[in-house]
Amino acid sequence: MEENISVELENISFGYSKEVTNIDNISFKVKEGEYLTLIGHNGSGKSTIARLITGLLLQRKGNIKIFGETMTDDNVLKLRKDIGIIFQNPDNQFIGSTVRDDIAFGLENDCVPEDEMEGIIQEYAARVGMDEYLDKEPSNLSGGQKQRVAIAGALARHPKILIMDESTSMLDPKGKRGILNLIHKIKENDPLLTIISITHDIQEAYNSDHVVVISKGRKILDGTPDEVFADSKKMIDMKLDIPFFKKLNIELEKSDLSKYKSNSLESLVKKLCR
Amino acid sequence: MPIKLKDVSYTYSQKTPFAFEALKHVSLDIKDHSFLALIGETGSGKSTLVQHLNGLLLPTSGEVQISNYMLSIENGKRKYVDLNKSQNKKYRKKQFDIRNLRKYAGLVFQFPEYQLFEETVLKDICFGPKNFGATDQEAEMMAKEAIQLVGLDESYLSRSPFELSGGEKRRVAIAGIIALNPSVLILDEPTAGLDPQGEREMMELFKKIYDAGKTVILVTHNMDIVLKYVKEVIVMKKGEMLAHTTPLKLFQDEKFLINTAIEPPFVFKVARELIDNGLDIELDKIKDISSLVKEIERVKHE
Repeated sequence: MEENISVELENISFGYSKEVTNIDNISFKVKEGEYLTLIGHNGSGKSTIARLITGLLLQRKGNIKIFGETMTDDNVLKLRKDIGIIFQNPDNQFIGSTVRDDIAFGLENDCVPEDEMEGIIQEYAARVGMDEYLDKEPSNLSGGQKQRVAIAGALARHPKILIMDESTSMLDPKGKRGILNLIHKIKENDPLLTIISITHDIQEAYNSDHVVVISKGRKILDGTPDEVFADSKKMIDMKLDIPFFKKLNIELEKSDLSKYKSNSLESLVKKLCR
Repeated sequence: MPIKLKDVSYTYSQKTPFAFEALKHVSLDIKDHSFLALIGETGSGKSTLVQHLNGLLLPTSGEVQISNYMLSIENGKRKYVDLNKSQNKKYRKKQFDIRNLRKYAGLVFQFPEYQLFEETVLKDICFGPKNFGATDQEAEMMAKEAIQLVGLDESYLSRSPFELSGGEKRRVAIAGIIALNPSVLILDEPTAGLDPQGEREMMELFKKIYDAGKTVILVTHNMDIVLKYVKEVIVMKKGEMLAHTTPLKLFQDEKFLINTAIEPPFVFKVARELIDNGLDIELDKIKDISSLVKEIERVKHE
């Protein structure tokens, strides 16, 4: 059986004004259950793509399909029900006056019965490590804590597609790891959940199923992490990060120390410390 | 003049059911011409602390002194004392205008790009200088200088801030503070969400400002930045200051690192591993990959 495609972009172009083209003829497919990372320099058009997929922006050309259904004015609200989006700045998506109210907001919109709500809120708040904060006022939370609440609110609605627009970029390393582990755990429970993560975290991209690289509004690379990261120099040219040992090897080469080039700490120690 | 915090505590929403003590008895000295990073988990009080450094928050208890400006709350009232004036009998009023402090210590918030509001980048950058009494012409000069410092060219000045990318907006917002030429520049997570090149350019800019004799204080989660750029580091946890030390000492204190869940930069771990296996490189020279390679080169050519 052919695999389901959850999100498909077909020749999408978009500009914030008539004179400019911010997205230039981009096409890619995301399979159901896939963990896609979208990477590119600041201003490359990554966040614009997220807004196009959710129908928050309307493309100039091309089609966006969600589970095979082309998005139109008439079905955008219906299609959006399957999509959870978490933005970079949690302050822009906080609605409730307490953490509990905020997670409840999406559930209320979905007409979840009140007696079920508390259990769902408790469950998802616990999953993101915020269950002790349910009665706190969002304005008194730190940026990272707010983001965890936003993630809980989105996940509580059981979306089929979860879009994360740099949503871990404000978390501390431990918090970031925690959220990424959480997303992986949720994917284990729900293997059909499609994740589209816009990120600068090269390690996250490395651990994903599928990487799309955007530069200046164009798609540059599209493939598995191994395929995409094969050409380190190209990645650097595109202002992107590369793994530590690839960087180290480039520097060693520059200093005529190529014989010490290594792909792991062990082999570096072996070559250098005899 | 230095920055001194004396037994500073801060409680949000005091006397309400939401009361939350974000800073607990923090005492701290920051010398002139410091390059300092504040680190700690989310919610540890870093942002609350930096908002005390330009008088945006006043301590619930304790005193904050920035240069000659002393801030505290006495009997529920804000107290701004200019120490230069308080020691001089010819001044009857000892207070200072809070704007003088805001000009002395410029604070760039987390996600400053969300604070842009003017029609053009030029107007946005000029807003601060004009508030502090600059003429239109002076403000425009300051804006032109500031926009170049943050790595954008003058053509950006006539554009709308809202058509810029996130990274460009961030630069414009930082330019708005740099235009004021503050003696102390405070930045709350200035590189979060920037691509690696943007991060490097931004940090080089702050280094330039530090090299020009200013104090730079930044909140960050990025240990590579801590190792490579700053001279001092303050570790916060649950509102308390756990350490005020150097990056080198911090990253060598394994017990402390485990307790605070801080991970040293990978390049530092690599360097230590090489040293432990007998390679004669100097740990205090290791700032990033290229300095590691330089040390390897030195050792191998000796």
